[in-house]
Amino acid sequence: MKANLFFEWLKSREGIYYLLLALLLVVVFPLALDSFRLNMVGKYLTYAFAALGLVLCWGRSGILSLGQGIFFGLGGYCMAMFLKLEASSPENTAIQSTPGIPDFMDWNQLTALPWFWEPFHSFSFTLIAVLAVPALLAFIIAVAMFKRRVGGVYFAIITQAIAAILTILIIGQQGFTGGVNGITDLRTLMGWDIRTDEAKTLLYFVCVGMLFVCLIVGAWVMRSKLGRILLAMRDQEDRVRFSGYDVASFKIFVFCLAAMFAGIGGAMFTLQVGFMSPSFVGIVPSIEMVILCAVGGRNSLLGAIYGALIVNAAKTFFSESFPELWLYGLGVLFIAVVLAFPDGLAGLYRRYVMPLESKLPAMLRRSASTAPTLPVEEAK
Amino acid sequence: MSPSKQDFILAVEGLTVSFDGFKAVNDLSLYLEPKEIRVIIGPNGAGKTTVLDLICGKTKATEGSIKFQGKELTKMSEHGIVRAGVGRKFQNPSIYEDLTVFENLEVSYPAGRSVIGALAFKRDAEVIKAVEEVAETIFLTEMLHQEAALLSHGQKQWLEIGMLLIQKPDLLMLDEPVAGMSVAERKKTAELLRVITENHTVLVIEHDMQFVGDIADRVTVMHQGKVLSEGSIDHVKQDPKVIEVYLGH
Repeated sequence: MKANLFFEWLKSREGIYYLLLALLLVVVFPLALDSFRLNMVGKYLTYAFAALGLVLCWGRSGILSLGQGIFFGLGGYCMAMFLKLEASSPENTAIQSTPGIPDFMDWNQLTALPWFWEPFHSFSFTLIAVLAVPALLAFIIAVAMFKRRVGGVYFAIITQAIAAILTILIIGQQGFTGGVNGITDLRTLMGWDIRTDEAKTLLYFVCVGMLFVCLIVGAWVMRSKLGRILLAMRDQEDRVRFSGYDVASFKIFVFCLAAMFAGIGGAMFTLQVGFMSPSFVGIVPSIEMVILCAVGGRNSLLGAIYGALIVNAAKTFFSESFPELWLYGLGVLFIAVVLAFPDGLAGLYRRYVMPLESKLPAMLRRSASTAPTLPVEEAK
Repeated sequence: MSPSKQDFILAVEGLTVSFDGFKAVNDLSLYLEPKEIRVIIGPNGAGKTTVLDLICGKTKATEGSIKFQGKELTKMSEHGIVRAGVGRKFQNPSIYEDLTVFENLEVSYPAGRSVIGALAFKRDAEVIKAVEEVAETIFLTEMLHQEAALLSHGQKQWLEIGMLLIQKPDLLMLDEPVAGMSVAERKKTAELLRVITENHTVLVIEHDMQFVGDIADRVTVMHQGKVLSEGSIDHVKQDPKVIEVYLGH
């Protein structure tokens, strides 16, 4: 019965979009790209986690967070701490004055592992921390803000300030965090070398798998009554409040969920890129995440993923060719999206491509040679 | 002849709210009996909407008490007051334009009001039945699966009333329910209110004296945050103070 429903759904229009995305990520990219480029796509996808969270939080609920980098960074740092401890075995660090602690601690005259690093010897603790640490900070921020009914621009500015504070804190506490260089030289995960091409390919598939888990959780939330309440709250907060809902608790929930998504993205980033640094925590990456989401379409989960892929691909292309122009390009892109197509690529797709789709079967009958095109290509 | 305190569904006593020294509502007392339709009238700025804001918790009272079915509302949260059985309709239709009429009513249905509850909420036969019943009462059966943004102004007002009805409140507060409606829509709304009051106590703010005369059991006239006069529509119409500040103009 359940399985039947699932197959019915797969055959529906929405199911086909999910299948096409899965096809693109699981079959097309791994076949078409070399290991280096595939690893880059994997890196782009880690930002898609944060963008998915923003679709729920910003697009659906109207809570603009300019601080998703905080949670991305926390998730990433949790993973990096585990990997760093594994890379800092007494044998590997025998030349240090205190063997067995991470190299940057030794350089900063630390002689023992700080207490909050200790639990990161455990992989299961690390996996929980990747979710729990971002969620906990998000919970504290959300309770403090939403219970006091701070919202809109004020909330956005506060999240941005927290992103800035966290960056400064990480850079300042060099001995505990690796400072501005971040946590580098990560080698193995439970004895498995993550730097080889095979490992990177496998991690890419893990990343895609996790992304689909988040995508499905997000889609489930959007389809539930909670998703409709979030939308209602965005448009008429007072009406929802005076319909017997504790509005703050719904905002806290969605903000924590978005933080957890970003945390998973950060952890996948660390695993695939092999280091974590404050430059992925602060204001600039946080705003980039909002732009990814806006370009893809802030109301569309799938749009956010395509947005992350396309904008990051453009970023790589432009920074390779015209490094100094990229930031301007990003700014122009954001303004263009806000002014010209506020619903992003997903909105354009719905408006221009979907009507064609309904005509497609008829066209196919007329000329069998017209192949149906992937939405991603049309969305471009 | 006035009933004892326990018989009132709503007892407002000595209610005062001060905004930086300006008393929008000043030592106001108001008693509603079960199943009564009470209409509050009065000139602009008399504090009518503020009274509704105070009862539903949108504004916190500076002094005084609001007892609803024996519960003190002034200390409760907004959603707590709603769950205690007080429904409030706003002056401008507040509906969820991006949702369908069905979804608007469903979001208002009193189940799955917590985060977990909303995630686990199932659109079962009971919900569908409740939504369809209310839709029929508010004349929107045909529009059930349309986006609410497409409704006319009058239909939006009805939808918001429907969103309250589905919560089965004991007290319904309506802020200018017929403002901006055509004559035909006003008639239908009066009819709708008559159906509603079979099972609810209703507190209405309204300017249209014709409409007030049609629906009210008793009328309270407010002026400068105080009760100026109270009684049947004919009584207040002949009250010289009311004619002076309100009806005469």
